[in-house]
Amino acid sequence: MARSVSTQRKTFNTVLAWAVGLVIFFPILWVFILSLKAEGDAIRTPFEVLTSGWTLENYTVVQERSNYSRHLWNSVIIAGGSTLLGTLIAVPAAWSMAFVPSKRTKDILMWMLSTKMLPAVGVLYPIYLMFIKLGLLDTRTGLVIVLMLINLPIIIWMLYTYFKEIPVDILEAARMDGASLREEILYVLTPMAIPGIASTILLNVILAWNEAFWTLNLTAATAAPLTAFIASYSSPEGLFYAKLSAASAMAIAPILVMGWFSQKQLVRGLTFGAVK
Amino acid sequence: MATKNSRSAARFMMAPAVILLLGWMLVPLMMTLYFSFKRYLPLRGDSLEDGLQWVGFENYIRFVSSSSFWPSVLTTLIIVGGVLVITVVLGIFLSLLLDQPLWGQGFVRIMIISPFFVMPTVSGLVWKNMFMDPTNGFFAHIWRFFGAQPIEWLSQASLPSIILIVSWQWLPFAALILLTAIQSLDSEQLEAAEMDGAPPIKRFFFIILPHLSRAITVVILIQTIFLLSIFAEIFVTTSGAFGTKTLTYLIFQRVLESQNVGLGSAGGVYAIILANIVAIFLMRIVGKSLDA
Repeated sequence: MARSVSTQRKTFNTVLAWAVGLVIFFPILWVFILSLKAEGDAIRTPFEVLTSGWTLENYTVVQERSNYSRHLWNSVIIAGGSTLLGTLIAVPAAWSMAFVPSKRTKDILMWMLSTKMLPAVGVLYPIYLMFIKLGLLDTRTGLVIVLMLINLPIIIWMLYTYFKEIPVDILEAARMDGASLREEILYVLTPMAIPGIASTILLNVILAWNEAFWTLNLTAATAAPLTAFIASYSSPEGLFYAKLSAASAMAIAPILVMGWFSQKQLVRGLTFGAVK
Repeated sequence: MATKNSRSAARFMMAPAVILLLGWMLVPLMMTLYFSFKRYLPLRGDSLEDGLQWVGFENYIRFVSSSSFWPSVLTTLIIVGGVLVITVVLGIFLSLLLDQPLWGQGFVRIMIISPFFVMPTVSGLVWKNMFMDPTNGFFAHIWRFFGAQPIEWLSQASLPSIILIVSWQWLPFAALILLTAIQSLDSEQLEAAEMDGAPPIKRFFFIILPHLSRAITVVILIQTIFLLSIFAEIFVTTSGAFGTKTLTYLIFQRVLESQNVGLGSAGGVYAIILANIVAIFLMRIVGKSLDA
């Protein structure tokens, strides 16, 4: 029997949930509103802000003055590149652990997870030094490598939990029919694995896009992605609310939309399968 | 069944990931350990090429006995503890609320989950300027509207401000995981309790909360690991001033700002040990879910 709920109670729940949701979402909404206001209006009282005129000017100013598109492009390359590279390395590893498990598989998985627990600041100087010696400081290549390495355990874990859900019987049937390892991967496994791989990529692009320890410490003007570019607004000059808002809005909008699509994967990916 | 052939293929396919992670873990770790026993001040001419002076445990002792060490530990504990309490308590409330039937549930979920996808530097700066600024911030306008003197949030109430910013970022995570856990609760059990006349409070404490205990533990452990190393939120708001210097931030300052690599590395080793203590508990729980 389904629980019957009175309309009155549902109305109460709805009002409460929307109120709480709006409060939590408000800072983001406010950023988008301020980004569409003139600088002089953006610092006024909330009521005056809402009743003042609207403008798209800030978005063009941010682009012209600070070469915004360069940093956006850096973010795309770094987040996308590190995730794709990580996935290329992780797929074979996760595949073999899921379908050809050995006694050590669990230990290896746990060990991989443990590398994720290493606090970044503990190895800051060694990485910094290596970057200097290898000429990687303030390069996109360097950040692609580092972000690939810090997200690799999550990528492997997520793929592993997805691959585990693919029925093994199908693989055995394919083997009985004489499929080679290559054919097995190409025609049997890949079509079933693609949704899981896509979700994994989605979540890890988000994580890499927002990563703000290595990107802040290992980049300067050239390779700075949006995280580091936005941080340059922490020592402002003059009026800057509307421009900061416009820059922020552009930095978070694409990832916000991706995030909305990845709610389920978020739980699985960040709890390492402990909560499904 | 797996053949000998497929086993060696499997090992071959795992090799790149294993080798990369092994290198990523061991090489920097060994270097940090090595530096922590050395006098290493690059700005004063110390360099790897000329060889570094061995100083034994001096860096470890100096790091702990410096006047900023204990305050930074306390700050770290207050921030991590404060954020954990706020996110878990509000997270339980939100997950219960979202589990109820309501109109527009999907949209409310999207609003609540959104802060998690805002990059830390943006949320730090947006809160600092557009909300907590004592002259033009949103809060200042509200305070003045009610005739009150606006608070200088990040200097007068620096720790609560940082806790508020970080909680805002992590509340969606807690709420989403707890919601996922609540939805796996067998609703018949709750209905049975309801029919037997158990009031909502009792249903919460005797059925829902025990069911959530595992998810709550997971939330606490994962958040602790991430919260111990929050950096960008402090970097763009107070830069460690006004008593907001966490252990992570202190080490960052020692290593990169004052370039005392030996001292900072010793601090790094402490941070690694601390994180590992938390990690052991998390790994145990995750390990159990692997067997299940």
